[in-house]
Amino acid sequence: METKTNMRTKQNSPLTIGLLIPALCAAVLLTGCGRKGDGSTKATAVQNIGSDTMVNLAQAWAEAYHGVNPAVSVEVSGGGSGIGVAALLNGTAEIVNSSRHLEPDEIARARAKYGSEPREFKVAYDALAIYVHPSNPINEISVEELGEIYREGGSISKWSDLGVTLPGRHDEIVRVSRQNNSGTYHYFREAVVGAKADFKPGSRDLNGSKDVVALVEGTPSAIGYSGIGYRTDKVKVLRISRKKGEPGVEPSVATTLDKTYPIARPMFFYTPPDAPAHVTDYINWVLSTPGQAIVTDKGYIPLEAN
Amino acid sequence: MISRRRRYETIAELGIETLIYLCGISAIIFVFGICFFVFREGLPLIFKEDTSFSLGKFFFSTEWFPTSMANKRYGALALIVGTLTVTMLAIAIAVPFALGATVFLSEFCGGKLKETLKIVIELLAAIPSIVWGFIGLTVINPLIIQVFNVPVGLNALNGAVILALMAMPIMVSIGEDALKAVPDNYREAALALGATRWQMVFRVLMPAAKNGLLAAVLLGVGRAVGETMGVLMATGHAVNIPFFHDDGSFNSGWMFESVRTLTATIAAELGETSAGSDHYRVLFLIGVLLLSITFVINLTADLVVKGIRKQK
Repeated sequence: METKTNMRTKQNSPLTIGLLIPALCAAVLLTGCGRKGDGSTKATAVQNIGSDTMVNLAQAWAEAYHGVNPAVSVEVSGGGSGIGVAALLNGTAEIVNSSRHLEPDEIARARAKYGSEPREFKVAYDALAIYVHPSNPINEISVEELGEIYREGGSISKWSDLGVTLPGRHDEIVRVSRQNNSGTYHYFREAVVGAKADFKPGSRDLNGSKDVVALVEGTPSAIGYSGIGYRTDKVKVLRISRKKGEPGVEPSVATTLDKTYPIARPMFFYTPPDAPAHVTDYINWVLSTPGQAIVTDKGYIPLEAN
Repeated sequence: MISRRRRYETIAELGIETLIYLCGISAIIFVFGICFFVFREGLPLIFKEDTSFSLGKFFFSTEWFPTSMANKRYGALALIVGTLTVTMLAIAIAVPFALGATVFLSEFCGGKLKETLKIVIELLAAIPSIVWGFIGLTVINPLIIQVFNVPVGLNALNGAVILALMAMPIMVSIGEDALKAVPDNYREAALALGATRWQMVFRVLMPAAKNGLLAAVLLGVGRAVGETMGVLMATGHAVNIPFFHDDGSFNSGWMFESVRTLTATIAAELGETSAGSDHYRVLFLIGVLLLSITFVINLTADLVVKGIRKQK
């Protein structure tokens, strides 16, 4: 008797397993679908993808807009301006955040997909701040000198070349940069290094705006560039002049808007040419007074002084 | 009644067998599919004509400027050297600790302590690599600057410490299996001959388990070569050959130079390249290179483990 029951269970066990596997698969699939369904019935989702520099701001806008119009839920993700543009070209994003203009070939590809050019909205400004460690005695630097520090073949590689003596015995400038396809990297190359020039190899190419500031916080001989929105108490922001010898300018709302601060750039939303009404409503709200107030709150520069 | 039941069971059996067979071969299909995809995306660049890419430059030039406006250059030598440097340094750090932990776990401790240690080591393996990277950036960076008095702490050493911590759990668990596989009568014989426990471990167990221990190290190497997010944040991600100064003289402080690995380059750059561009394809070629490296390492580890089985 005993052997018989044993045999029966043995024969049954693969069957139970065989039933279990599809059942599990089905359960996973069902829960996955259920979640998706819930989201789409509650609110219209707007995919907002792109610039790493803008992600904090975009998130703040999305959260505040939820209070204004709960029927639209803006879902923000970062990754970089290039990722946003790729999403626009694939048709997976309704709004793209970009900290640079679209390049001519990107516009051409968008035209090929949508039939006409994508729409561009200037939504705020960002002042690109130059960060150093608080123990560094330097207070201002010129765009020229920054170019010599970062450009391939540039003449400045030591703090003593700038007439600065760091506490401690390290003289080498630790250059902190960004990965070579971030919008911030592109802008910095255009505005400081030279559009046709390249970066000096050996810079620490970090993968996010926040990482640049985090590295400078902990590294006394470092210099780095990142949006002013990422400023913390543990880093020093330098005053910038266009040429050596001219007085440096502190990055602020006023100096960005009157263009005396030399390395500031506009930030954009791009949408497909046929954006639906709930998307344009959102963009209009972003451009309105409450939307622009959030820009100031988050440490970026609004389109107009308020 | 019985025959009906039989028929039902036969059909069910057949169905289950097919299902399990499909599950089994799916792994092979996936591996070949991935290989095919990576090769298909990467290889066209080698045969493309109007491009600044050449295989010679890819392997022997250190100039990595894939997004330059004026002069695109695709030299991956610095990335290859970076990967090798960080991996070797990580293994050099991890092996003594892993070996010690393995011997202690398998021979010198028992009961509750052993169970606790094993759980903790497995926990080490479960920490996501981005968390390790974050620790490298915010904790180890200032620590290295203070302790070694160097300008920046995001460097080969930082990456290697993190990789060592990540590779250790796999080394310990496979190494422990290797020691466990040594028959107990070896131990009894050694002790009966009057050997101390240390003599038993070093003169009897280690030689007997050497293939398994070597395989453990090799799998650790494979883990370290393939690791991405942690090294991306901790090595400093700088295109740089650490062993030489600008004037060509040997740099004895190479451990404290920032480097960049193959994996981190793919992770940082692939997301934003446009599909089909030279930059995109060159990143896939790097993928092919990585696949080849890990394939050779895993194959070696496998052959070494097979070596043990034959010996028995």
